[in-house]
Amino acid sequence: MNQLLPLFIVLPFIAFIFNLFFANKKEKVIAAIAEIGTSLYILSAISFAIMWFINGYTPINQKLITLYKTDGFEFVLNFYYDHITAVYSVVGAFLFFFVARFSRYYMHRDEGFKRFFNTFLFFLLGFNLIIFSGNFETLFIGWEVIGLSSFLLIAFYRNRYLPVKNAYKVLSIYRLSDIALILAMWMLHHLTHQNISFTQLTKASATAVEHQHTGMALFIALMFVLAAVAKSAQFPFTTWLPRAMEGPTSSSAIFYGSLSVHIGVFVLLRTYPFWQDILLVKIIIICVGAITAIVSSLIARVQPTVKTQIAYASAAQIGIIFIEVAVGLHWLALIHFAGNAFLRTYQLLVSPSVLNYLVHHQYFHHTANTSTADNKLKNSIYTLSIKEWNMDSILHNYLWMPFKWIGRQVGFFENIIGRVIIIVLGLLAIAATFLYPIIFESINIYLPIAFMLAALLIILCSFSSRKSSRVAWGNLWIAHVFIICAIVKNTGVLNWQQVAMYASGVTVASIVGSICLYKIKKIDSDISLNNYHGYVYEQKNTAFIFLLSALGLLGFPITAAFIGIDVFFTHIGANQYALIALLALSFLFIELAAIRIYLRIFLGLHKKLDHPVAFRSS
Amino acid sequence: MSNKIFEEQHVLHELKHYLPTQQALKDFIHHNSLHAFQHMKFYDAINKASKIFGFQVSIELKDFRELYKTKRIREDILDKIISEKKGSNVVIEWKQKLLNAEYDTINQPRVGQLRKYWKEYFYIDLDNEVHPLLFRIICSFLDQGVAIENYPVANKSFIESIKDIEQNSFVSFFKTKKVKELFLSGNYSIESLLQLIVGKQEYFEQYLFDQAFAHHGWSGFISAVEDNPQTLLDPKKINLNEFIVFELLLELDALNNKLGNNWKPIATVTKETAIDLFADAPKNELAKVIEIWQDAFEFSYYDTVMAGILLAGGEDENENKKSFAAIFCIDERECSIRRHIEATDNTCVTFGAPGFFGVEFYFKQQDNLFYDKLCPAPVTPKFLIKEYDAITNKKSEPIYSKDAHGFLSGFLLSIPFGFWAFTKKIQLLFFPKMSPAISDAYSHMDNQSVLTIENKNASDVENGLQIGYTIDEMVARAEGFLRGIGMVKNFAPIVYVVAHGSSSANNPHHGAHDCGACSGRPGATNARVMSYILNNQKVREVLAAKSINIPSSTQFIGAMHDTAADVMGYYDATILNDVNKIQHQKNIQSFETALDLNAKERSRRFASINTKNELQQVRKAILNRSVSLFEPRPELGHGTNTLAIIGRRDMTKGLFLDRRAFLNSYDYSTDPDGAILTNVMKPIGLVCGGINLEYYFSRVDNIKMGAGTKLPHNVMGLFGVANSSDGDLRPGLPWQMIEVHDPVRLLVIVEHKPEVVLKAIQSSDEVFEWYKNEWVHIAAFHPTEKCFYYFKNGVFEKYMPLTNALNTIDDMQAFIESAKEMETNHIVHATKENLEVHLLN
Repeated sequence: MNQLLPLFIVLPFIAFIFNLFFANKKEKVIAAIAEIGTSLYILSAISFAIMWFINGYTPINQKLITLYKTDGFEFVLNFYYDHITAVYSVVGAFLFFFVARFSRYYMHRDEGFKRFFNTFLFFLLGFNLIIFSGNFETLFIGWEVIGLSSFLLIAFYRNRYLPVKNAYKVLSIYRLSDIALILAMWMLHHLTHQNISFTQLTKASATAVEHQHTGMALFIALMFVLAAVAKSAQFPFTTWLPRAMEGPTSSSAIFYGSLSVHIGVFVLLRTYPFWQDILLVKIIIICVGAITAIVSSLIARVQPTVKTQIAYASAAQIGIIFIEVAVGLHWLALIHFAGNAFLRTYQLLVSPSVLNYLVHHQYFHHTANTSTADNKLKNSIYTLSIKEWNMDSILHNYLWMPFKWIGRQVGFFENIIGRVIIIVLGLLAIAATFLYPIIFESINIYLPIAFMLAALLIILCSFSSRKSSRVAWGNLWIAHVFIICAIVKNTGVLNWQQVAMYASGVTVASIVGSICLYKIKKIDSDISLNNYHGYVYEQKNTAFIFLLSALGLLGFPITAAFIGIDVFFTHIGANQYALIALLALSFLFIELAAIRIYLRIFLGLHKKLDHPVAFRSS
Repeated sequence: MSNKIFEEQHVLHELKHYLPTQQALKDFIHHNSLHAFQHMKFYDAINKASKIFGFQVSIELKDFRELYKTKRIREDILDKIISEKKGSNVVIEWKQKLLNAEYDTINQPRVGQLRKYWKEYFYIDLDNEVHPLLFRIICSFLDQGVAIENYPVANKSFIESIKDIEQNSFVSFFKTKKVKELFLSGNYSIESLLQLIVGKQEYFEQYLFDQAFAHHGWSGFISAVEDNPQTLLDPKKINLNEFIVFELLLELDALNNKLGNNWKPIATVTKETAIDLFADAPKNELAKVIEIWQDAFEFSYYDTVMAGILLAGGEDENENKKSFAAIFCIDERECSIRRHIEATDNTCVTFGAPGFFGVEFYFKQQDNLFYDKLCPAPVTPKFLIKEYDAITNKKSEPIYSKDAHGFLSGFLLSIPFGFWAFTKKIQLLFFPKMSPAISDAYSHMDNQSVLTIENKNASDVENGLQIGYTIDEMVARAEGFLRGIGMVKNFAPIVYVVAHGSSSANNPHHGAHDCGACSGRPGATNARVMSYILNNQKVREVLAAKSINIPSSTQFIGAMHDTAADVMGYYDATILNDVNKIQHQKNIQSFETALDLNAKERSRRFASINTKNELQQVRKAILNRSVSLFEPRPELGHGTNTLAIIGRRDMTKGLFLDRRAFLNSYDYSTDPDGAILTNVMKPIGLVCGGINLEYYFSRVDNIKMGAGTKLPHNVMGLFGVANSSDGDLRPGLPWQMIEVHDPVRLLVIVEHKPEVVLKAIQSSDEVFEWYKNEWVHIAAFHPTEKCFYYFKNGVFEKYMPLTNALNTIDDMQAFIESAKEMETNHIVHATKENLEVHLLN
């Protein structure tokens, strides 16, 4: 029976691949694949749960394949099944099936019919990778897949401005949560000196206590919490949730109404054995949950639009579920999850009916509003809630703006002189790292930090660039060179295989991306990053290839660079705070910078006005 | 130009003129999307509108060329149009241009050119800074019941309410103290704020247009609420002026907050001179080419219609005994059910009349706190009809309530509601059925209820409205109604007055599917009221004196056809005498058969239904579709409407017009001097032309003038839809409603002598404008000469169709089954789904 676990990954993967081969017009086939796939999922999820229950209700841990192995590092695809997986898979299976069937009719004749179902199945794959994962490496692949598919579904109407803007906003929060997870994995690796599976979490926690590594354990747990808080739209990240309601109602319903947004809860449940004895973490989770529940409820109360109201109401319930998880009421949390997921999916799916229903309600039950603005506290709460408790502007001003500001200060990297300088520096870095390490021995200890800083600054320059997209893109590759040098320098030993894995992936991606940009440049002299150009409208294939190369460049699990990056993290010592911080920031912003280039060149309003182009505000 | 003085009132007036006028979605009233340009000739108007606002105003050139290649645009018609428009000696030259010349099709609008400099000079995205908060505040102010928490200040105007909140709050909507103080001081006007933000007077008008058209949905809606406050059941005091002031304040706030002192009024930094938005826009050659293509596209269809009418050669109505008569709405969706009922029972006759059936009133449903207007939108009735003794209970659906959005209640409810939602989901997937959440055409009025149709005494007044009609008022309406459709003699024993409505689920635009002549509502009440009036003995006596003799054996019965579900409901059938009762049962069978056939005919356009299935299966599928939450196309509304035929049914009886014609009954022989015709023609431009042009513009530019695809729509405050949380309101029709529509103007065909028709349409300037300015085509069908006169440049000229033969349908069912489904909804493919005119065997 244990051998069947990988089927939950293989099935959606097959369905996803299968679907790629049909043209948009073949609606019946495309929808049928999704419907058959999801009904098989229901059958298998339920029967597996029953069999598992009969077989004694003990968690299953199943190693599938070792992708990469070296001293102290092992990248294994590992699967796990327990009551949490059981609930998430059964609830998920029903919702997936339901939305697949709903969308078959709902999406009829949409120009993105196929794209919708492809992304839908891709999301299903990511969801299953997470809930069936047996270790963090596997979970992280799913985490990235969900992030990407969410991004694509929010930006589903890709030639309008708001979906693209909001998809980017959500992506940036998701990326934050990715990085938190990477950092947790990194520290966990240092704590246990191996890649552990979820079954070993309790032991890992015990190890920490035993060796008095409580600081490490606390850091790991806090990173879990950050990852969960961001992914589940908890305070102060809640504003992304209503903004994610940009795609077709059916996709909003399943992803942001239910499954995607409850993944943070899953991570907390999964990692509970690790932090169950750390009181501070529990207090933090309870506080975040409580603040979210209160603030989101207040915001939900004043929302004058249906979908945003549901979004905030859902976030508030997830806040309560967070508390339930923290205090150990896991069955309640799971039931609450199921209830909330079903309810919000349904509410979103029927949200267009609300106009008719509530207008009728108004016909028969209307009572006139008699409020006056006497109560100062009430007014203040109202105003704050309309302004969404300034969460957006706080994140913008204190999280993103400082980095934008730094990026602008180093804007000269984009000029010809700046580029010469970074290329020379890059060559020097390569020389210092690979060719003549001896010469630089005296300053060796400073070099990793220096290189990493250079990488981050270059990335930030691209991240805030308003100028040439091709320069910004090229610079990202140079930043990778600095990162490689920094890590190799830091390790002291050169592992060619790892460097090759990492470098090959990003280099190929970088070259392919450059070719795409060159192609667009030939059509249009101005492809600066100051505006959206919307070229996906006329260059669908180039846009798709560029998206793949952007993903490759940032280490998405489609090239070997993915494993390379994972390995690289382990080369930074547990006490190298500056270096790890710089590396984490680099990976955070390299994704944002690369995707930003994709957005600005290919998505948004198409700049050629020889056909109807949407209003920016629509 | 450079010293243009800014006159606030004038500019506001202009703005209101050009903004969309769509009101709250609950009462959807179709209107010409470019109503502001209606004083101009159609082609001049659309050219100018496209230059100013960047609208796409016709099918794209490449698509016209493709339509020509696929023979949808006929070569002979194209040649004819070119030679008429340009002269017969340049046909080849122009044809070359039409088919092959390369044109720059890029259209840079005039609006938006000034405000874009914020980003260019100061790197500030003012729209991003201001719009989300502005939209949220305005939506909260106007909200009709989505939010749980009421807006904190009731009964005050928009600006005053904000002021109240600002004065009594620890926090502010404004980010800078300076602007907050300015706001609270009240020391500002549009002009003074513009002085701060724009700087130079000659740019003010341009700036305000840029600003308003950066969110034309919201600005238009506010302007519409200002003009028609009753469109919101919970009234709100707001005007466009206040909205502009508030936006300017927020802009000032954003500029100060983001840029501090590092900015200057926008007009002082730009070197561009102010643009005169409304300067003449001369037509370039591309516009002229498009004009020819459009005419050719239209006439490729019209020509076959006129030929069809000639070929079908309608015989005069026979005087044989009739089984029954049925008066339907002129709505083009009723065109097919009439054809089917006539085919099912060849002794019945059908008529078409505007669906309010000549009775205009407000309707108060029992227990309803509000009145519904049941007549064409421009009419303001003086009468009220109330419902009582209704027995249906108003069911509610707890899962829709907002209870689950609270903090504690949400916690307690989300689990049980969640699992209940789960079972609901299963139900709606596999067993869709009517529920309180679905907009049900029949729930508008209970079929057992009693209506206050007859006025008891003159003092019976409620809120200034007279309750019911007096006998005289009834007679006036009855006479007008009967004479209008030419039903003055030879009455059938039962006359059905068939209103229509539409049931649909998950559809904020459901109002657009109901009866356009009843302000976007089901017309059942009107049908009942007119039947009551015509059954009234006293009314009949007075009518008889006016030589309309309704035999006592004749009885009128109100009914309603659900155009989405293909269901028919009858009202007050208990009044029928014994003979008629038996006949009525037979007639119901005929109607049921006709509904089966109608469902089948409609099903050919629905991918979810296999048209080749058994009739009963198809009918069931159509019914399910109307209550399916996942079906964004419960029906296709007025999509494909193209014709308005005003004349006797015999003119069109032998034709298959594919549900594209508004059919208004009118008998020229009863109206030799056209006195009745003048009345009949009054609403045609406004109602049919309005519907047609809204479909036209939503079709050619669904992105800007339409509402875009429905799939991501979010219901805003119960009055509109927008994309996502921060989007602008989306007026116009959604993509799912217009994809079957061919963007052609309406062709009105009137059966009468051209000189009489001319006199009728010239009766008033508003009516004549539609035809004079070519927003609607009109042709007269001479009843004795049996030939067409087409109205052009002020005169009716003889029109000889080029088409001389049409295909004939022998077997309707086989014909429907053989029709092909569109490959994609692109116009070149979609138009193939619209079937050619056929003769009926």
